[in-house]
Amino acid sequence: MALTSRIVEWLDERLNLSDVRHFIQEKGVPIHAQKLWYYLGGVTLFLFMVQVASGILLLLYYRPSSAEAYESVQFIVTQVEFGWLIRNIHSWSANLLILAAFAHMFSVFFLKAYRKPRELTWVSGVFLLFLMLGFGFSGYLLPWNELSFFATKVGTSITGAVPVIGPPLVRFLRGGDDVTGATLSRFYALHVAILPATATILLGLHLLFVQRQGMSVPIKTLRALKPGERLKEMPFFPDYILRDVLVWYIAIATLAALAAFYPWELGRKADAFAAVPAGIRPEWYFLAMFHTLKLLPSHIMGLEGEMLGVLAFGLAAAVLVIVPFLDRRASRGEPSPALTVLGVLALIYMIAFTIIGYMAA
Amino acid sequence: MNRRRFLDGILGAGFTSTLAAIVYPVWRYLIPPVSGEPATQSVVAARAAEVKANSALLFKFGSKPGLLVRTPEGELQAFSAVCTHLQCTVQYKADTSQIWCACHNGLYDLAGNVVSGPPPRPLERLTVNQRGDDIVVSRT
Repeated sequence: MALTSRIVEWLDERLNLSDVRHFIQEKGVPIHAQKLWYYLGGVTLFLFMVQVASGILLLLYYRPSSAEAYESVQFIVTQVEFGWLIRNIHSWSANLLILAAFAHMFSVFFLKAYRKPRELTWVSGVFLLFLMLGFGFSGYLLPWNELSFFATKVGTSITGAVPVIGPPLVRFLRGGDDVTGATLSRFYALHVAILPATATILLGLHLLFVQRQGMSVPIKTLRALKPGERLKEMPFFPDYILRDVLVWYIAIATLAALAAFYPWELGRKADAFAAVPAGIRPEWYFLAMFHTLKLLPSHIMGLEGEMLGVLAFGLAAAVLVIVPFLDRRASRGEPSPALTVLGVLALIYMIAFTIIGYMAA
Repeated sequence: MNRRRFLDGILGAGFTSTLAAIVYPVWRYLIPPVSGEPATQSVVAARAAEVKANSALLFKFGSKPGLLVRTPEGELQAFSAVCTHLQCTVQYKADTSQIWCACHNGLYDLAGNVVSGPPPRPLERLTVNQRGDDIVVSRT
């Protein structure tokens, strides 16, 4: 302990850490009935860090070419010591990360934590969610197996349904007219350079906002307070951070168990000339969208059904981004049941269509 | 030992073992396996007509070079072209019918045995088979 305090003293003399110390000592987390939901953001952050670490490790052996990608992943899981563990952790953590991010988003949504003054925190968070989906989509192709190859074919061709910019966008995404080794190179660059760089900046902003503004308290809890009454707080350090670590521990145990007992299949190597295998489907978080598009009739009111579907999803994404600006009531500190109902309907739709899509595939 | 120190000790041991459970697999993962990469077992080295008597050619055997030699008598031999001294790539010397490493003047005969120079071991021999017009070289 003496050494730690001497190092802190040494740094303090040179950098003047009083601001930081003050921040750490003063930061508190409000205590109320809904405080459990606060942990979801922390868990998402933790899983993101797991992704960065395991992803860097996979880079040491992975080879981004159509001739070698599959073999290199096969090599990682069969030859490299603990390679199976690193790859399974990366795959499982990716899925849990997206699950945690969705749960985090819905909890923030239902608690109306996006309301003024936290609009920008919400916006940056939604964009982070989109980035995570991008990570998922691009990473899915990297092992270059049959399932991911055809899922990417389908996924990228859906982009083609966007009016006007669709076809050139497909070519841009694929690096050509078809899903080939060029697509793999592109997705690789996206997955390990472009998306991480963007996500790091956005995540930094998101966390900065959270730190500057502190934790939001639900409207209901605030309205229940008597005049002059203040909500009890828990010190962030060490009380809250220790609870956070405990949740991270649970996450790491879950990950380790899943990685050990439910290894991620590698499947067969992608072959552009083979028939599409049965049961082709995207990752679960795209299933609801995928299944909706499947159900749309080919023409609705003279327009292409697929195009309408893609436009509707685009619109939904845009609405999601501007939720804080739509919900004027919450910004005034009043309940906004209409948005809650909308959120519940969206959640039911997503869960139902994911399950139906899963059963149908 | 009071209660606090006991609990601190347990907590510390817990964190340490978690850390060990993460660091050990990562450490082992970082060490490349012996083969370093998927080992090639068999390749088509050349077409039979490509190698004249008393000549040789280099071919890719996985990630390493191989040397396919047709002896003056017309017999086919194949070796790993990696010199056993310091891993330079060897070549065929038609004037003496020997395999030569230019780095440190190592010489091998047409059975891969060291004739002179610093190489400590013979060249690794590969098996040659002719399949139709293709010369197939494999590791046995």
